[in-house]
Amino acid sequence: MKRFLGLFCILGAVASIQGCKMKNAGSVVEGDAASKVYVAPGKYDELYNFVSGGFNGQVSVYGLPSGRLLKIIPVFSVNPESGYGYSEESKPMLTTSQGFVPWDDQHHLALSQTNGEQDGRWLFANANNSPRIARIDLKSFRTAEILEIPNSAGNHSSPFITENTEYTIAGTRFSVPVGNEDVPVSSFKDNFKSTASFISIDKESGRMKIAFQIILPGMDLDLSRAGKGPSHGWFFFSTYNTEQAHTLLEVNASKKDKDYIVAVNWKKAEEYVKAGKGKKLKTSYVHNVWNEETHSAVSTKETEVITLDPAELKDLVYMIPCPKSPHGCDVDPSGEYIVGSGKLAALIPVFSFSKLQDAISKKQFEGEYHNIPVLDYTKVLYGEVQKPGLGPLHTEFDDKGNAYTSFFISSEIVKWNLKDLKILDRVPTFYSIGHLMVPGGDTRKPYGKYVMAYNKITKDRYLPTGPELAQSAQLYSIEGDKMKLLLDFPTVGEPHYAQAIPAEKVRDKSIKIFDIFKNKNPYVTMGEKNAKVTRKGNRVDVYMTAIRSHLNPDNIEGVFLGDTVYFHVTNLEQDWDIPHGFAIKHAASAELLIMPGETATLKYVPTRVGIVPFYCTDFCSALHQEMQGYLRVSPRGAKVPLKFGIGESVSAPTVAAAK
Amino acid sequence: MRKLSKLSKISIFIVIGCILTLYFLPMWRIELRAPQYPEGISMKIHINDVKGDVEIINGLNHYIGMKTIHKEDFKEFVYLPYILGAFMALGLVVLMWNRKLGYYCWTLLFILFGIAAMYDFWQWEYDYGHNLDPSAPIKVPGMAYQPPLIGYKKMLNFEALSQPDTGGWFFVMAGLILVLVSFFEWRKSKTEKI
Repeated sequence: MKRFLGLFCILGAVASIQGCKMKNAGSVVEGDAASKVYVAPGKYDELYNFVSGGFNGQVSVYGLPSGRLLKIIPVFSVNPESGYGYSEESKPMLTTSQGFVPWDDQHHLALSQTNGEQDGRWLFANANNSPRIARIDLKSFRTAEILEIPNSAGNHSSPFITENTEYTIAGTRFSVPVGNEDVPVSSFKDNFKSTASFISIDKESGRMKIAFQIILPGMDLDLSRAGKGPSHGWFFFSTYNTEQAHTLLEVNASKKDKDYIVAVNWKKAEEYVKAGKGKKLKTSYVHNVWNEETHSAVSTKETEVITLDPAELKDLVYMIPCPKSPHGCDVDPSGEYIVGSGKLAALIPVFSFSKLQDAISKKQFEGEYHNIPVLDYTKVLYGEVQKPGLGPLHTEFDDKGNAYTSFFISSEIVKWNLKDLKILDRVPTFYSIGHLMVPGGDTRKPYGKYVMAYNKITKDRYLPTGPELAQSAQLYSIEGDKMKLLLDFPTVGEPHYAQAIPAEKVRDKSIKIFDIFKNKNPYVTMGEKNAKVTRKGNRVDVYMTAIRSHLNPDNIEGVFLGDTVYFHVTNLEQDWDIPHGFAIKHAASAELLIMPGETATLKYVPTRVGIVPFYCTDFCSALHQEMQGYLRVSPRGAKVPLKFGIGESVSAPTVAAAK
Repeated sequence: MRKLSKLSKISIFIVIGCILTLYFLPMWRIELRAPQYPEGISMKIHINDVKGDVEIINGLNHYIGMKTIHKEDFKEFVYLPYILGAFMALGLVVLMWNRKLGYYCWTLLFILFGIAAMYDFWQWEYDYGHNLDPSAPIKVPGMAYQPPLIGYKKMLNFEALSQPDTGGWFFVMAGLILVLVSFFEWRKSKTEKI
């Protein structure tokens, strides 16, 4: 027995040894992080953070430093919650040259700038899948305009802007044939082109227009940035697949030691266009513009673009060799340094704009790529950041001459100095950071203070929610020498690039209502006296008003199977934060959410005989639940007269129709 | 000495100046605040108009069956500018007549007018607060919605604050000047007699 006891003791001792454990990255928050991100109830955040929604196609707005979600702005995807893409007025916004497209993949954002500083007027957003650029009005936080980009696919290097919002850019990630499109995929080298579209922006209205397209050799344009300060007038694009592979790019587009950063002299391009050197190319694309007075969008077909060929037009485009499939190509606040981030490179090259100008004037070329001069790498290089990390993707800048680069593979942010290229600090991100963002870090005047990480993988960071997990954002303080993690919060969609702007640049311009007297919607109902129902053939138009707490008319009869009913609902309120909603049973679409002073239209096709209730969906008042009504749908040919009203006008009992 | 002193003569111009401000500045304001209206809503009463968030207030008042407020419903807005104009003209008459008696009468008239105006305002508030539509959605037994004549009052979810606005304060100042100057003149004439 004693022997057994001894054995048990040994077994127990062995079992209690747990072996060495890997260090867990779980919690690295220290000190007073909580007080730095605590925004007391009722207090406002310091910054608006506009975050791309990735595969949800929308733009989300968070407050910083709290990380509170303020709004999701519908941009490229339908949004049943507000009726965006469902109401008759908003359907044209999502129309393309190939019909209605209800979804897209939204990657990058750019706030409008004046003299290289954020001006808080507009936010530009790209659609990656069906190439488009949207302009969001920051007075209404609504999508004001969507422009389709022809001769493009995979609109990834977009919508970066110039320092006075002269242009926003659209560059093709997928090269595609331009002109004759029905060609073998294997004819990539002969037929496929990449294009860089320069979209001019009207200084007053913000209206976009494709000014010209530069037709480049077939390759993948990845990201881009405009020059600023001394380099204003230039645009830089990173490229990969200069190998021109059309299959298994994972291997075939990683062969060359260096790809390129494409440097475009857009001031020169403007001169060529003015001199008539551009070629007009027939194509088709649409331009969708929202009108805040008619509360509706108009989609216009365009048929032509001006193209420029850099193989013919000299001094327009130069190629800067850049190691290993560069992703980010970011320009520092001074406009002198261009940082290329080779995804597969073990260093970060920093190019000098003044050296670039020098090399161009001295013609220090090492060859040509499809008739475009390739500059000598060593002649344009300012220096290399050695051993920064694995998988560099993007670089942002603070106001103190430092750069912050995100590393996907080693999952970290690395801070380094622009002058001596020395690494100063590194912090882990949880996990696999994509983009990063310093407020104003892409402008001439960074706001600094914070750096945000937008992460692709969250795994164990939050309570599990099945196989599909959230992506995340992480907020770090960069006020001291060392970066400090302050906050970690899940995001909606997949965040790619983001922008942040001091709240006071946007806050006070935010509108509260739409002036009903400026409502020029053709179906507006100006006052309850004008509420009515009209019939024209099988089309029934309901001119309905909504005001606390009734819809007028709320009793409608004389509608038949086979009719198409349009509910044009006008919200008569002129008070802040009193939207009304409208929904009708079994409508094969969504609800309407109508802001004060606005008119919106829901198309409804009855499918069954009976009484169909409709109601207000936005809890508007104490008597919101009473805000409801009935539509009677009768069989085709039934002798039910058109009748509508509210209150006394429809209160008299009617004899039930004899069978 | 039954003639006006220099002080009285100057005060006539100051009083007229004070009254003139009412043609530009609101005389009274009623402020409302509720949980749903953290930013507050207010109504500004001028001698010839009612301004501010009147439409919002009208929108809310339908719940309790209060009449909607419209400028056209107040004959006061037509008369007031004339009454005040006449009062100012009377001031000039007092000045030319140059008798203390005239000044005393002018002061008395001003006070009577002030009292009448406040009574009218109270009646107006009473009417709006009590004459409610019997088919109103919200009926609270025994509840009236008469705003305070002056000061603070809580009515259901609303807090109301009623007080003179800038023009109103000028009007009060005019009254104070009239009373003080009259008192001063009366005492002076009494001591002179002795």
